[in-house]
Amino acid sequence: MNPTIGWIRQLAESWGVPAVLVPLVPFLVLLIVLYAVIGLAAYGALRKWPRADKTIAFWLFISPWLIGFLIFTVGPMLSSIYVSLTSWDLITPPEFVGVANYSEAFQDPRVAQAIKVTLLYAVISVPLQTALAFAVSLLMNVDLPGIRLFRTIWYLPSLVSGVAQIVLFLWVFNPQYGLVNDMLGKVGIAGPGWFNDASWALPTVILMSLWTVGGAMVIYLAGLKDVPTTLYEAAALDGAGPLRLFWHVTLPQLSPIILFNVLTGIIGALQIFTQGFIVNGGPKDSLLFFVYYLYDNAFQNFRMGYASALAWILFVIIMALTAVTLRGSAFAIYYETEMGGRRRRPRVRRG
Amino acid sequence: MAALVDTGRATDTAATVRRADRPYWRRNLPLTLVLYVVLGLGSLAFVYPFLWMIATSLRSLAGVGNAGASIWPSEFLWGNYTRAITSFPFWRYALNSMLTTLIPIVGTVFSCALAGFAFARLRVRFSGVVFAVVLATMLLPGEVTMVPQFMLFNNLGMIDTLYPLILPAFFGSPFYIFLFRQFFSRMPAELADAAVVDGCGWFKMFLLVYLPLARPAVVAISILLFMGYWNNFLGPAIYINSDQWKTLPLALAGFQSVNGTDTPLLMATSVLITLPCLAIFFLAQKQITNGITFTGGR
Repeated sequence: MNPTIGWIRQLAESWGVPAVLVPLVPFLVLLIVLYAVIGLAAYGALRKWPRADKTIAFWLFISPWLIGFLIFTVGPMLSSIYVSLTSWDLITPPEFVGVANYSEAFQDPRVAQAIKVTLLYAVISVPLQTALAFAVSLLMNVDLPGIRLFRTIWYLPSLVSGVAQIVLFLWVFNPQYGLVNDMLGKVGIAGPGWFNDASWALPTVILMSLWTVGGAMVIYLAGLKDVPTTLYEAAALDGAGPLRLFWHVTLPQLSPIILFNVLTGIIGALQIFTQGFIVNGGPKDSLLFFVYYLYDNAFQNFRMGYASALAWILFVIIMALTAVTLRGSAFAIYYETEMGGRRRRPRVRRG
Repeated sequence: MAALVDTGRATDTAATVRRADRPYWRRNLPLTLVLYVVLGLGSLAFVYPFLWMIATSLRSLAGVGNAGASIWPSEFLWGNYTRAITSFPFWRYALNSMLTTLIPIVGTVFSCALAGFAFARLRVRFSGVVFAVVLATMLLPGEVTMVPQFMLFNNLGMIDTLYPLILPAFFGSPFYIFLFRQFFSRMPAELADAAVVDGCGWFKMFLLVYLPLARPAVVAISILLFMGYWNNFLGPAIYINSDQWKTLPLALAGFQSVNGTDTPLLMATSVLITLPCLAIFFLAQKQITNGITFTGGR
């Protein structure tokens, strides 16, 4: 441990700070010193330029984020670049090895497998989820009696998330006692091994991800409610049928929301972790998701340098996929304000 | 509140026009029936695993093997829930989960509202550039900073404590800063002018005028944050080793590998973990819809 911090902690212990709070002491000391410096600077600036109060207020207001950004993002990013060029097991001091971690990663068959599994998951599950959520939201947008009940029912599964969801689906897809195979058996189909079968594990996870489509559905539904009715009326007067209304009014109006959901969906899908963790990468590494492999290297094998290199590879993949999506979609997205339309009315109403 | 935010009068008139028309289901009766069938079958598919989870949590181990896909509650072993609570230090884990959910919610809401307000209302030189940086960090995957952050907390002696799960929340997160900024920029600037005339400082203005008016946003974002923090798994998996500091998801994951065959017990624990989310959903259905609408906001 850092000697200065060790000294601060010893001092805290001698003051009788409860053991649970001791780790907090160096952190708080750091923070107080930081804010003392900021406060003094602000005071000095205000005396010199009395009109600068707005500027000073701005920087003070964003200071929690700014400090967090420096401590938890910029600092770690810079040190992550350095660590990725070293070999380090947390115990012996880091040893500089140049780009050896990266060249190892490019030859590691498990990295290739992890990239393959993760990309396959993202490329299949995101379009499927988007299409399903959008279709369902169209269905839920019809003005039928009792539609609110249906909306609630479809949204409910989204509340079962994280570990609880995987634990549930491990049993839903249990080859012997599970829900799905029992149902398939009743109609005379012998179900596959699902999570236990290397060739079925990934499709199973994709299928499972569709269960929580309700969250995205609600977003599309809100977007549908926001489409100005005048557009439909005008188009209908021009003789547009339901299909043309959908293609030329609904879809363009919703395209920014779809893009937003696809982008966050891709980023989220590439960072999938829990599913792989619970099944330890699945049979024959069939669920060796990239972040799980990264975690495994960092916190199970304590190969911090290699894990950092993997993190940067993931970063490049995410940036590349985001850029491709943005470029590919640029022609298809309609932004009202860019076309000289009026400003959107406020989405958030009184609650 | 109603006077402050434009409620979009245009839709009101449009709704009146639509109401004058006959409802959809009267105009297209056959199609309506088809829609109901689709909706019904879909709902069944979506809610069935959910009901199965609850039914399984009430069965005996042998009952699970016999029942298969049935959700018919032939057994009511409420004892499974007692077992779930007593067979491992459930309340200890629940307390840890609560601590790592509620404190970070307060921290995130406060720091993000503060920054969001600054970006929306205190337009000064470079504020636009800084906001662009905030947006850019939204794209940065947390994994890139995962290993060095672990080292940082290791240096502070915080490994195997709850602090790494709590402290970063007090330093804002770009996505929620963005949401708060959107919300605050929709509020009228005249409010700020009035407060300044009254001799109110910026912080006082934020705390006494803007934040109370932002209550819908605060509630909606808090609920979103609850779901996120309550189900967080990667964080505890990295920082927590000892039993004493495990959160419920981490405990359930360990439970899954140890007691892999005790399905009823696993399901009961899963239900218990989901219960707070369910409760919040039914208490604040409207705010959740609002909150999710935010998320998809342009």
